[in-house]
Amino acid sequence: MSEIRTLIVDDSSVMRKIVERALRQAGLDLAAVHEAGSGSEGLELLKAESVDLILSDINMPAMDGLEFLRQIRAQNLAPGVPVVMITTESSEEHVRQAIQAGAQGYIRKPFTAEQVKERVLPLVHAA
Amino acid sequence: MAVSLRESVQRVSDPRNLDASVEEVFRLMLGIECRGDAGPAAREQESVTAVVGFGGVLSGACVFRSGAKAALRIAAQMTGMEFAGIDDTVKDGIGEICNMLAGAWKGKVPELAANCGLSVPAVITGRDYNLHVQAPEFQVHRVYRFGEEAFEVTIVCDGLQ
Repeated sequence: MSEIRTLIVDDSSVMRKIVERALRQAGLDLAAVHEAGSGSEGLELLKAESVDLILSDINMPAMDGLEFLRQIRAQNLAPGVPVVMITTESSEEHVRQAIQAGAQGYIRKPFTAEQVKERVLPLVHAA
Repeated sequence: MAVSLRESVQRVSDPRNLDASVEEVFRLMLGIECRGDAGPAAREQESVTAVVGFGGVLSGACVFRSGAKAALRIAAQMTGMEFAGIDDTVKDGIGEICNMLAGAWKGKVPELAANCGLSVPAVITGRDYNLHVQAPEFQVHRVYRFGEEAFEVTIVCDGLQ
């Protein structure tokens, strides 16, 4: 896959920019970067836009990342598109919940571009 | 089985956990090496304070506080942009730093990582204010420096199961 359309969901605009920068540093050729400040905003975007990769925070007001993920699956939005959670929560229980909700990857904040590369690239290539 | 941290207060309040968390967050997210400092942080008139609450087996907060100059430098380092003053992007960045510090700190103790939730960050800016917590269970307060700048991080615990 050469050009990637991605959706980054985080209530922090600074974190969205940092994630975008890390994806570029990881060598992804980003054709489009859609940003959402909450899970509900992310769902609306997915109804209007096609994406190849979704990265989402978990701890957000309005609709958190896990509910966002459940809604993506329940509404059959973005079928087959890998979702990676990026969050400060690091326990096994949080990882299990994310995987159960349908996430394919999990990155803990703080992260390095190298970690983003290791976790995201295989998913993008497999999709 | 219910998780209890009552017997582990010393382990939870070990200041080395906070030092390691600060070092990790600043090195990975900002490329900045911080050093702990025994002295007090010089207080600028204008300051930025971010608060992330803990809930669950431990209730309390992680509080980040710095002067305006340090906050602007941190935000610049995070975003690659320069800021003339404390705007919404700077506040957002400082809130995220506090969020990552709180997450990294609780991640140092497995029982906390799994059984303690985080609130979304709140950021306060202004001049001449103090935060006061009445009779906490414990408090860990540390000052850190990078270059010419300094900031303070405080873990306040007001309830432990």
